Amino acid sequence: MTSSPLAELSTHVQDLLARVRGALTLSDLLADEPFIVGKRSILSSLQKSLGALAPEDRKEAGATLQEARRVVEEAFVERRRVLEALRRAQELEADRLDLGDVVVSQVRTPLAVGHPGIVAATQRELEDVFVAMGFTVSDGPEVESDWYNFEALNIPPAHPARGMWDTFYVDLGEPETVVLRTHTSPTQIHLMEEAVAAGTLPIHSVMPGRCYRRDTPDARHLAAFHQIEGLVVDRDITFADLAGVIETFTHAYFGADISSRLRPAFFPFTEPSAEFEITCTICRGDGCRTCSQTGWIELGGCGMLDPAVLEAVGIDGEQWSGFAFGFGIDRCAQMRHQIADMRALIDNDVRFLRQFS
Amino acid sequence: MKIPLSWLKEFVDLDESVDELTAILDDLGLVVEGVDIVGEGLGDVVVARIDEVRAIEGADRVRLVTVDAGAGPLEIVCGATNFAEGDHVPLAPVGAVLPGGFEIAQRTMRGVTSNGMLCSARELRLSDDHEGLFLLDEVITPIVGQPLLAALGIEADVVFDISVEGNRPDAWCVRGVARDLATRLGRDLRSPALATPDATEPSSSYASAGIDDPDLCGRLTVSVLRGVAVRPSPAHLARRLTLAGMRPISNVVDASNLVMLELGQPTHPYDAAHVARRTLRARRARPGETLTTLDDVERPLAKPGRGLGDTGEDCVIVDGDDRVLGLAGIMGGASSEISDATTDVLLEAAFFDPMTIARSSKRHALRSEASNRFERGVDPQLALEAAARFVQLLRESNPELRWMAEPLDERGELPAPPTVTLRESDLVRSLGVEIEAREVRRILEGLDFTVDGTDPWSVTAPSARLDVRSAAAGRADVIEEIARLHGYSRLPRRTPTWPEPGALSERQRTRRRLRDTVVDLGVHEAWTPTLGSDEDFDLLAAGGARVRITNPLASEESVLRSSMLVGLVRAWGKNAERGLGDVALGELGNVFSHPEAARAPRHTRGGAGGGVSLALPEENERLTLVLGRADDDARTAVALWSAVATRLGVHDVVVRTLADPPAGLHPTRAAQLVERGTNRVVGYVGEVDPGLVETLVSVTPRRLGVVDLDLDVLFELTADAALDQFVSVPSRYPVAIIDLAFVVGDEVHAVDLAEVLMAAADVVEDVSLFDVYRGESLPAGTRSLAYNVRFSSAEKTLSESDVASARDALIAAASGLGATLRS
Repeated sequence: MTSSPLAELSTHVQDLLARVRGALTLSDLLADEPFIVGKRSILSSLQKSLGALAPEDRKEAGATLQEARRVVEEAFVERRRVLEALRRAQELEADRLDLGDVVVSQVRTPLAVGHPGIVAATQRELEDVFVAMGFTVSDGPEVESDWYNFEALNIPPAHPARGMWDTFYVDLGEPETVVLRTHTSPTQIHLMEEAVAAGTLPIHSVMPGRCYRRDTPDARHLAAFHQIEGLVVDRDITFADLAGVIETFTHAYFGADISSRLRPAFFPFTEPSAEFEITCTICRGDGCRTCSQTGWIELGGCGMLDPAVLEAVGIDGEQWSGFAFGFGIDRCAQMRHQIADMRALIDNDVRFLRQFS
Repeated sequence: MKIPLSWLKEFVDLDESVDELTAILDDLGLVVEGVDIVGEGLGDVVVARIDEVRAIEGADRVRLVTVDAGAGPLEIVCGATNFAEGDHVPLAPVGAVLPGGFEIAQRTMRGVTSNGMLCSARELRLSDDHEGLFLLDEVITPIVGQPLLAALGIEADVVFDISVEGNRPDAWCVRGVARDLATRLGRDLRSPALATPDATEPSSSYASAGIDDPDLCGRLTVSVLRGVAVRPSPAHLARRLTLAGMRPISNVVDASNLVMLELGQPTHPYDAAHVARRTLRARRARPGETLTTLDDVERPLAKPGRGLGDTGEDCVIVDGDDRVLGLAGIMGGASSEISDATTDVLLEAAFFDPMTIARSSKRHALRSEASNRFERGVDPQLALEAAARFVQLLRESNPELRWMAEPLDERGELPAPPTVTLRESDLVRSLGVEIEAREVRRILEGLDFTVDGTDPWSVTAPSARLDVRSAAAGRADVIEEIARLHGYSRLPRRTPTWPEPGALSERQRTRRRLRDTVVDLGVHEAWTPTLGSDEDFDLLAAGGARVRITNPLASEESVLRSSMLVGLVRAWGKNAERGLGDVALGELGNVFSHPEAARAPRHTRGGAGGGVSLALPEENERLTLVLGRADDDARTAVALWSAVATRLGVHDVVVRTLADPPAGLHPTRAAQLVERGTNRVVGYVGEVDPGLVETLVSVTPRRLGVVDLDLDVLFELTADAALDQFVSVPSRYPVAIIDLAFVVGDEVHAVDLAEVLMAAADVVEDVSLFDVYRGESLPAGTRSLAYNVRFSSAEKTLSESDVASARDALIAAASGLGATLRS
């Protein structure tokens, strides 16, 4: 029997493993890589020598060699991981900076101004208009239960009206009990519940915030968007007050030559309900492509609080009445600034952000 | 819903222009989303007979057709193949302009001249059919040379595309829209022509019907039609259907669709030959039952769904062998479908419980014109009127049809129309204006409400108005109808006032100040995604509990963010790729923690009826800044925080180096911002972990400074600071300034030593660090901290000895921390 080319294999493997362990830095290990697992490794030479074997022996020898290679490669990879971590630790250590020792007066920063977000700035302008009209501003959570987002707003489970909102459900609790709010209206419910509990009615408040709809983003829609909602609960509040508030707001925000009109619509949480439209801000009412030649563009929805909603929050509809309205903040920004594609709002391109001051 | 004007005119006289009608419909809340003017441009199209068809040499896609349109033979090149000699087809002669502005000209190809165009129904915009030429023999008895419009008995028409609101089940049909128009315009609403049963044998002698579950099926009527001949509908009915957006199929199916579009009642025709024992019953589906619907999908029935409170209830129609024929009100099965061989028809017209239909339709993801109507509520009294209208329409093409007497009419539980009490004062209270009693009555009666009495009125809703509720809610529904028909634009406006002032909360004001401050310091405000991928989440909290979306649009948008850092670094990277990396980006927004991982999980009302307490994710408002300008680093971050803190009046927060900062921050260049008194953590400053930058950006990484503030904590501090608004008047006496450098162990915080110095003598006005030195001249593990110290007294000018003794006091105090004066 001639001596097998693999006779010395286990010695070779031990040598290679020692070489792996012997590398103390990442650069040493990488420099040695060709000789351990690469083309210049003894394992590669052995691989070539297998060609001389009889075919029936070749298969078994190949498998043995393969296993040896696996052992060496595993050791190499593990060592590389250890040395990489070591190098990162060393680099980070060399980089160490005690931030308690920073001498603030010595830090030089460029003299530069930034730019507010177009949505935040628009929201602020809208808030200011409503604050001047006597409203407070209320915040609410973005994750809501089905109760706040739907049921207390007179939208029972499985009601077809739920189709008006493409809802993202949150994977908590029973299926479809927790949602990303589809509108700011749940904040109305929180406000009314709190005011009833604390005995602090009336309410005159606007509620801005981020909402979500399961809608593929396009030039006009984003899956996340911002709405502002208004709620008034007081004595002797009528549809005339609602129409008056909408009109005053429209003039204050869009300008004296822009006015509003209401047309019948359906929302489960208001009755009577209306869509409100404003004079097209592009053509100022003359008719153009944006407003489909009508001179009007749709801004939002509104209506008198539905008795079912008052009942859900425990407000006596004989003593109190009220209205609610809501519309898109992003949409106001889009109209005011003529933003051709809403997706620019989430691109965070400095060239876009810089235009807004 | 598409409604041809000609169809509306069958119910109410309308001489208004299209624009006027559009405005009126809009004002009624029947919003016109589109107006299509059809049948225009067909004036020159005539009926032609095919006399000869020949191949054209060298052309295999077109043939030469000789037609006669009344003025002798005409040669026309035609690509269609669905006709034979003797057929009649529409011809657009040379000079005609087809809908869409296509002008027909004489054309020569392959040596032959084409003198016009033979048309498909789609080319004439008469239907979507583009299978070949419009074969007129199938729909009329054609006369060569007759104008096509006259031959088909049609006129140019206007189609309104109307969006019907969810609370107007009654308006989802031609008659419903006509009723609103008639009431608004003060005109009469006409009734449709209805057939009456003409056979003397009672229906029960041939078929039977039953309701097993009266809560699911409120009414089941079955009409028996014998001698049915299935053939195409007459041209004018087929066209009406086409204009309304539905495809003509056969006279029986078309009649069913026409009745639904016209009156709002979906009906279902069954081939009686394929209904066992000619029996239709409505019952609850049982677990284990399945149905193969017309779309060839086998659907398990009575299987609970995901929806809140969805128990899996399905209502099915079964035959006399209790075999399931269809999902009631949603979709039929294939077995009993109408075919050309059908001669006897069982026509189902029913009322099903709207919520049951809504849940089934959602669970099976099956929507049909029928289910859309049933889930909103079909008039329970409409079934037999609809059947009579069905027969009337079918007779036009099927005069030999016989309708058996006494249609089967089974009753289950039907909603009772509510009666509400309405006072004139209710209208004033809601609308802010009086509306004349006569007008109120006119409007309500026009809409088929029954009005009794004067003030108060007793108003009963018509059976079609299933949206009208009882008591206070019903009163609001009725008031909306009065306001709607009266006209919203005629209602007054009044701007209300109230004594309570409008204002922002303290938190909202501070948020604005914070935003303004960071913008003034050079930050561009970004908006990064709330929803990210699992991989993004794991970058900062590997394997941690996360809040997931059940139905994300994409897996990259399926987890609520726990930090804004990843989004901001990515946004910086995108800008850097464009060569615009010299920018500081910031975002003010919410991050979310799973209730199991939250510091303080939020509990809120939830579940059906809001009856249970649910643990919801904690929402933490934060401000995160990523500073990417050329020389930005952890020092810039500290300086920026320091400026923000000063601006917000937050003074007692110290920068504490962290042994093990949160993931995402540089492990050796980050610090915590801690309020000294309470150890509340306001946030972090430092740099982004270089490993994270490398993972997220494709450009050469650079140091990115980070400021990450927990606004829920910061705003507590600013609220406290707001309470302490007293200011002190500085000393009028001269100030003495000295510098003190100490050698101090690395473990001593510079800010702690400064604090000790501040407290060491009454005359210390301010202590500020101005230099840090490490070097070989100092013992290992120590550094030199040099402070600028200002002394002043409110009572006198400090003497040299005052200053000297104060200096000694400071050095002595410093020794308490192991600090020695550097020589």
